[in-house]
Amino acid sequence: MTALLSLAAVSKRFRGLLAVDGVSFDVAEGTLFAVIGPNGAGKTTLFNMIAGATPPDGGTIAFAGGPIGGLSADEVCRRGIARTFQLVRPFPALSVEDNVIVGALLHRHDVGAARQHAHAVLRRLDLFDKRRQRAATLTLPDRKRLEVARALATGPRLLLLDEVMAGLRPTETDRMVATLRELNRETGVTILLIEHVMRAVMALASRVLVLDHGTVIAEGAPETVVRDPAVVRSYLGQSHHELGAG
Amino acid sequence: MAGIAARLTDGLSRRTVIWLVFLLAALVIAPWLLNDYLVTVLILILYLAFAGQAWNIMMGFAGQLSLGHALYAGLGGYIAAVLFTRYGIGPWLGFLAAMPVAAAAGAIIGFLAFRFGVTGVYFAILTIAFAEFARIGFDHLAIVNAAAGLFLPVAQSAHNDLWRLRGDPTMFYYVMLAATLVALLLCRLLMRSRIGYFWLAIREDEDAARAVGIPTFRYKMYAVMISAALTSFTGVFYAFFYNNLFPEQVFNISQSIQMILGPIIGGVGTLFGPILGAFVLTGLAESLNAALTAFGLDLPGAEQVFYGVCLLLVVGALPEGIWPPLARRCGIAERAS
Repeated sequence: MTALLSLAAVSKRFRGLLAVDGVSFDVAEGTLFAVIGPNGAGKTTLFNMIAGATPPDGGTIAFAGGPIGGLSADEVCRRGIARTFQLVRPFPALSVEDNVIVGALLHRHDVGAARQHAHAVLRRLDLFDKRRQRAATLTLPDRKRLEVARALATGPRLLLLDEVMAGLRPTETDRMVATLRELNRETGVTILLIEHVMRAVMALASRVLVLDHGTVIAEGAPETVVRDPAVVRSYLGQSHHELGAG
Repeated sequence: MAGIAARLTDGLSRRTVIWLVFLLAALVIAPWLLNDYLVTVLILILYLAFAGQAWNIMMGFAGQLSLGHALYAGLGGYIAAVLFTRYGIGPWLGFLAAMPVAAAAGAIIGFLAFRFGVTGVYFAILTIAFAEFARIGFDHLAIVNAAAGLFLPVAQSAHNDLWRLRGDPTMFYYVMLAATLVALLLCRLLMRSRIGYFWLAIREDEDAARAVGIPTFRYKMYAVMISAALTSFTGVFYAFFYNNLFPEQVFNISQSIQMILGPIIGGVGTLFGPILGAFVLTGLAESLNAALTAFGLDLPGAEQVFYGVCLLLVVGALPEGIWPPLARRCGIAERAS
């Protein structure tokens, strides 16, 4: 089976700092793939390169068989990759429904059809009852769900989720985990997530990649990766309590 | 026909439709009830409502602040006036010629700004600069009589000539009323279509808009070009209503400012704000003038001070403009945007 997303020796340098250094990995279609690592490991930079927000300095990024490295963010989205932002960025003055309609309009020209699709997505994310509220008035957990809904409405084959669990309480985290799992199972959408909350990673991911100082230090099934001495030393050592909680 | 009517009223409450029909009926019969002076005031109000509506497409919908819309109006006025005085081509055909020229001018400014990342206040300054270029350029352009100004022959005929826009204020009033109505309907259709949603997304957060696949450069270009093309009509109207054009006046920044006061007072980004704002501002300013005259006071600049005070009050007390809170009170809110 060929990979849906494939990175080969991808690098990014910010002035003197090598933020991402020759990272290679494959994400198979239909999987839930997690990228973890300490702060400053280069996770978000990696994400931004896949999503077209910043061009890579070296290496290749291929999606569904074609190169996407260096394409603009809107072009990447039209190819079938939708993302959320680490600091949520809904369209604040628009209603929840209109936020999602904007996403649904990417591959639909009729607003009525887009609204119908948006309603289906809102139901899936448990936001249907709040569809008339302004996005700015939502609570943080709901804004995070709205980000997922808006991205999902574009009909992606790959969903990039940048710390959608950060700042959520454990019950909300569990709710998000359940939603994402159901989404993956029912629609077959591939999910690539950056996550700090190990409880969520362990519950969700079928494969985990660990970044540290811009390089891959481990990759594999979650149970194997968490026992890897290098991973424990560089990352998990600081968050044992989270593991215990999970 | 019924289909179009249904589409235009879709999403409006019964109450809103009744209000709109009532308002339109009042505007249609107004010239029979009012004297020529008040009809002229109404023309000015509708003129500003139309201009505000056109400007609002760029700022209110797509979030691009233009302070140089006098450029597009001036181009429209000069093109139609030159075609009329030199070649005998009527204003409607002149408008058809002016639209693409104004749109092209908007496209040049838009291209320079959006391609090279000129945003926010810097974009606004760029729009002012282009209007100023035009003002200075036209001041030295022989074909438009340069600074001496261009004059249209004043009609001597006894009847109204709609095709050549020669006639009495009542005719001009109906022309402007129809134009304002067309602009309102056009904006409503735009807002309820794909392009309108994409504009709002760009206005709210351009990076997030790009992340959901919107080619923001192209959609911002559409906004500038449509807004500019529509604005050119105000210039055509101005030329044929006042029968004279001076670069110093039509391209002046005060024209650009006057166009945007209505939507700012009424509510940026709303469909009804520009119209309400024009009524409130011009209505109050004219009442002030009438009152001052009645008391025998001659205060030059009183109107400008008045505009300033209005702007301060609205920005301070009703940052969304007058229309959104009013609409909520009357239960006829436009959608949450």
